[in-house]
Amino acid sequence: MADRGATAVRGAGTAVDLTGDGALLPQVRIRRWGRWVAAVVVAAVLVLLLVAVSRGDIDYASIPDLLTQSVILTGLVNTIVLAVIAQGGAIVLGTIVALMRTSENPVLRAVSWLYIWVFRGLPVLLQILLWYNIALVFPTISIPVPFTGAYLLNEPANALMTGFLAALLGLGLNESAYMAEIVRAGLTSVDRGQTEAAKSIGMGPRKVLTRVVLPQAMRVIIPPTGNDFINMLKGTSIASVIGFTELIHAATNLSSRSLAVMETLLAVAVWYMVVVSVANVGQYFLERHYGAAHRDPSSGLWSRIGGSLKVPPFARGQR
Amino acid sequence: MSAPVTGPVPGAVEPEVLVRARQLRKHYGSLEVLRGVDLTVRRGEVVVLLGASGAGKSTLLRCLNHLEAADGGEIWVDGVPIGFRLADGKLHELPERGIARQRAGIGMVFQRFNLFPHRTVLDNVVEGPVQVLGVSRKEAVARARELLARVGLAEKVDAYPDRLSGGQQQRVAIARALAMRPKLLLFDEPTSALDPELVGEVLAVMTELAREGMTMIVVTHEIAFAREVADHVVFMDGGVVVEEGPPEAVIGAPQHERTRSFLARVTS
Repeated sequence: MADRGATAVRGAGTAVDLTGDGALLPQVRIRRWGRWVAAVVVAAVLVLLLVAVSRGDIDYASIPDLLTQSVILTGLVNTIVLAVIAQGGAIVLGTIVALMRTSENPVLRAVSWLYIWVFRGLPVLLQILLWYNIALVFPTISIPVPFTGAYLLNEPANALMTGFLAALLGLGLNESAYMAEIVRAGLTSVDRGQTEAAKSIGMGPRKVLTRVVLPQAMRVIIPPTGNDFINMLKGTSIASVIGFTELIHAATNLSSRSLAVMETLLAVAVWYMVVVSVANVGQYFLERHYGAAHRDPSSGLWSRIGGSLKVPPFARGQR
Repeated sequence: MSAPVTGPVPGAVEPEVLVRARQLRKHYGSLEVLRGVDLTVRRGEVVVLLGASGAGKSTLLRCLNHLEAADGGEIWVDGVPIGFRLADGKLHELPERGIARQRAGIGMVFQRFNLFPHRTVLDNVVEGPVQVLGVSRKEAVARARELLARVGLAEKVDAYPDRLSGGQQQRVAIARALAMRPKLLLFDEPTSALDPELVGEVLAVMTELAREGMTMIVVTHEIAFAREVADHVVFMDGGVVVEEGPPEAVIGAPQHERTRSFLARVTS
């Protein structure tokens, strides 16, 4: 700004040497008072909330015992089993429907569209109730073996359609429609050039899909699938409506006898948080596995936690 | 689509002919991209396809390995009808798996490289031999290392493609194609997506391949490459071959007005 010949400028009444020989001037960082105020306000509200909760009439000491009550553990196992099978089935079915959706066969495309429309459109609770009451319209469910007169399956629907199966079908089929859309988004996210390159080295349709397209689609598929699985873990609670002993149903069973309603519900809340946290960690590792090509060595879980702890949250002048 | 073959089978009778395309037609909707193209490529020959964008060069190339299905005409590579099986004097359309087997012998290098981003450089080159040809991984790795050394990328074997420059990626793509031991290599504008200073390294590898006797069909705008390396230059415009011959003739002394104006535009 100053002419090259000028040796000084006037700033706030002080002469400053700009010849390039003088020492660099001290810099005064901006003080971010707003951050301090916000932090204090939020922390204060949190403390008040904790005080309020601690004054509630809750017998916290009884919760650890409740956690390991056999009814609760049964509910926990049932919740996990139901969620895992329903989600697993939904992933398989959803992938098939997504492949139909992207097929060149117009009938397959139309049917897959209809499938998604129906199973995504109806509320899960309604779907579970429909399956649970299927005996009202189909007294026996049978799968005949053609030409032999024998049956692969021939059972009264009442005996067949347990609470578990009804919940599994309702949750799994509903989720499979969402999975179909997730997988389809993943498949279409892979560049067409990848398919062409795979074909050009002589890969058949199956190899193109399993070796080239799907592994790349995984990067797009896994995050929403992890979300859905966590939703599924919690969504199994809806099966309590038809008397399936998952966590919520187990808790209501237990508390109807012990009358420790809040304590039992909190124990169940602890289990949900544990299971969801484990699912989160699993998702992290899956994402890391399929993101291998773009992994930065410094982006691992531990170094990331370490890294963010090293940054003082109130470092002045940070960004 | 294809009339019964009468008389001798084209392509099979002349052992020196590797590729013979006859009366190829292709349209997208109402747009005719190929309007009856004939092309003959002899073994060991380097053929360069020249022409303005939209002339049909890339479509012709992509028909040769059936990435696009031609609407009419025949393609014979090494005596085999591409996309078909010859029986009872008729051409029977092949399912995708059969076409895949035919493609295994025809390498292709793309404008946008199309390396597999989820695999290392080495695994990109190993993938085809192991998955398609059934070569043991050990053998495929040894050959891949050899090929990567030949294209000057011996130290990059464990890198992922996104860590390489465009020129390096394209050289990996060439190694990937070579790993299949193809009898024919197709290049679809291999240097068009490269920064100018990286074009030379890719052309050098291609020139070396040509010198070793690889049969190559190259779509490019690099006139100097065509002049120096090509045995045969084909100039296309509007979906037909306008002029073809040795580079001295087609580039040096073009007969057609359309060839002249194209060359004037790209060399100016």
